[in-house]
Amino acid sequence: MPKQQKRSGVGGWLFLALVLIGYGLSFLLNPELTTDALTFFRRVIQQVLPVLGIVFLFLFIANFLLTPTKVKHYLGKESGLKGWVASIVTGIFSMGPIYAWYAVLAELQKEGMRAALIATFLYSRAVKLPLLPLMIYYFGLTYTSVLCLYLVVFSVIQGLLIDRLMPHKT
Amino acid sequence: MQKESHLKKSLLKTIRAFINILPIIVGMLLATSLVVTLFPEEISTGLFGNGVIPDAMLGATIGSIAAGHPLASYLLGGELLSGGVSLIAVTALLVTWVTVGIVQLPAEALMLGTRFAVYRNFISFGIAIIIAFLTVYTLQFLGAA
Repeated sequence: MPKQQKRSGVGGWLFLALVLIGYGLSFLLNPELTTDALTFFRRVIQQVLPVLGIVFLFLFIANFLLTPTKVKHYLGKESGLKGWVASIVTGIFSMGPIYAWYAVLAELQKEGMRAALIATFLYSRAVKLPLLPLMIYYFGLTYTSVLCLYLVVFSVIQGLLIDRLMPHKT
Repeated sequence: MQKESHLKKSLLKTIRAFINILPIIVGMLLATSLVVTLFPEEISTGLFGNGVIPDAMLGATIGSIAAGHPLASYLLGGELLSGGVSLIAVTALLVTWVTVGIVQLPAEALMLGTRFAVYRNFISFGIAIIIAFLTVYTLQFLGAA
């Protein structure tokens, strides 16, 4: 197993251990509230489980189809305009909780995906296609259209800012 | 033969990556559940009304801390609007809800790097406030607000 992967694995378990310690402390201070939090967790994990299946599938597809050359071509330094368009479109169409996508993006990052395009992907996820009808219901069509347009525009601006701030890998 | 080996290699790589992310996802969900339970919606409603910019900052802060389904932000945003909170503050809340993740920050840092995660969330916070003002001013310009 590569050293980096081993380290991130340990980091994940440490994170989980810290959260569990937090729960332990919370239980000592307020057992009722902690029980409520655990009930909430049980409900959320039931909703997230099917999404994890999709994440596994996406990870597999990414590992099977994407080679460093391909990633560098579409989302790497030389990807140009098609890289930006690909990040926005895939970001908008990506489903499920954001943290589930970190794993897919981390794999792509290892294969040469630009930090700018990862930032653009993550920001354009703010346009939630399946929830648009509900947003229109609550805030109106004009508001939703204007907000979504700005979200897409600023996803590129964020990518450009990240591009300037992050060191470039050679 | 070569294709079969590539398939097997990809599957093993995927399983390894998946095992690595599982504790992060479970930890993230546990942390989110605790935060959501600790800060119920009623607390946030009484905090606004201190001017457009402080309200926008507050909206953006609540959205950054809150974690959960975006639908919850629509419900909270709708309630805040009907409670007299400005559309700018509500928009800042809606945008940071889906673009900034204080609770997810440790997971994002672990997976994508600390520097990237901190910069991304910091920039997203600033952008959310800009978007909130731009959206409301555009709506006013269009005569829809």
